[in-house]
Amino acid sequence: MNDTVAQARRWYVQRLSAMVLALCVVIHLAVMIYAVRGGLSGSEILSRTHGSWTFGIFYAVFVVACALHVPPGLNNIAVEWLHWRPARALFIARLFGVLILVTGLRAVWAVVVAP
Amino acid sequence: MNAPTSTTPPTPSTTASPTAPVDPAATLQVSVWRGDAVGQFSRYEVPRQASQTVLDVVTHIQRHLEPSLSYRFACRVGMCGSCAMTVNGIARWTCRTHVANVAGADGRLEIAPLANLPVIKDLAADMSGFFDKWASAKGVFRGTRTRHDDFAKVEPASPERAAANAGIECIGCAVCYASCDVVAWRPAFLGPAALNRAWTLVNDVRDTAQEERLRAVAGDAGCHSCHTQGSCTERCPKHIAPTAGIAGLKRLAGRAALRGTL
Repeated sequence: MNDTVAQARRWYVQRLSAMVLALCVVIHLAVMIYAVRGGLSGSEILSRTHGSWTFGIFYAVFVVACALHVPPGLNNIAVEWLHWRPARALFIARLFGVLILVTGLRAVWAVVVAP
Repeated sequence: MNAPTSTTPPTPSTTASPTAPVDPAATLQVSVWRGDAVGQFSRYEVPRQASQTVLDVVTHIQRHLEPSLSYRFACRVGMCGSCAMTVNGIARWTCRTHVANVAGADGRLEIAPLANLPVIKDLAADMSGFFDKWASAKGVFRGTRTRHDDFAKVEPASPERAAANAGIECIGCAVCYASCDVVAWRPAFLGPAALNRAWTLVNDVRDTAQEERLRAVAGDAGCHSCHTQGSCTERCPKHIAPTAGIAGLKRLAGRAALRGTL
C-alpha cells in the first residue's frame, strides 16, 4: 500500500470514527443528564454499570472510536504546526492511540467487570 | 519561501460608497512592500479620488512616485486575475477593490504581494509553483474524441454537469491559494485552485483520466489535508466554493482507497 492510499484510508477511518463518536457523545450526555437528576455517587454509577453488557459494549465502542479518531488528528497537528517528520509524527500519534485504547478499555473493565 | 507577512492588522472594511465624494485634499497613507523575500514596506502619500481602486493607487505610485515599483496587471476589469495582491492583510483583486471599501476613515492601506508564493520583486509573486500544482493535480482534460467525431452530448441538468459548472469559472488568480493556511503549513499541498480544477474534471463525463486524477489529488498533499476552514471559499472573487469540491474529492478518493481502486 503506497503512502497516498494509506493517507486516504486514515482520513476515511477518522471520518467514520467521528460519526460513531458523535452518536456516542450524544447518548453519553443524555444518559448522564438523566442519571444525575437524583444525585450522583461512585457507588450509584457502579450499581448501574456493574455487570451490564449494554454499558460495557457501548463504552468499549466509544473507546475504540476514540483510539481510531485521535491519531490522524494528532499526526496532522504534529506535521503542520510542530513540523515533525511525517513518519515520526505518525508513530507518536499511533502510540497515543494505543494509550487511549489500553487505558480506556481498562476503565471500561473496571466499571463493568471488575469485582 | 513565503511572501512577507503583514505586521499591521487588517483594517476593517467600511460601508462607504465607492463613488461617494471625497475631500480633494485627502490623501491615502500607503505602505507598499519593496524587495523580494527580504525587504520592507515603503510609505507613500497618494491623492484620494472617487471610485478609486487599489490598482489605481499602485499605478499612481509607480507612475508618479516610484518608477521602479514592480507589479502585475492586465485587464483591469476582473477578467484576467493577474493583479491579485494582499491588501490590508487579505488577498484580493486590486482592480476590483475600491479604496473606500478597504482603507477606512484613516486612509491607510498596506499592499503586499500574495502570500504562500515566492516574491519576484515588490508586488509581483512567482506563480509558477501555483500552476505546476494544477499540472500535478492532472488539471488537463483528456478525452478520446477527435475533430472528426460528433460532439459529446452532456445533459446540462445532470448532477455531474451542475457540479462542474459550480467550479468552472476559476481564472487562476491564486487568491484562494494565498488565503489557505494549509498551503502555508504544508508546502506540498496542492491548494484550493488545483483541487477545484480537478473536481470539475472529475465531473466531466467525457474525461478518461479519472483514476489517475483521483490518485493525484488524494492523500496528504491533496484533498485529505484540507481542514475545511473555508478561507478559499470566503475570499474567492468569483464566488466559487473550492471547499465543496474538495469535500467531493475526499469522499471519492476515500471510498476508492477502501475499495482498493485508488
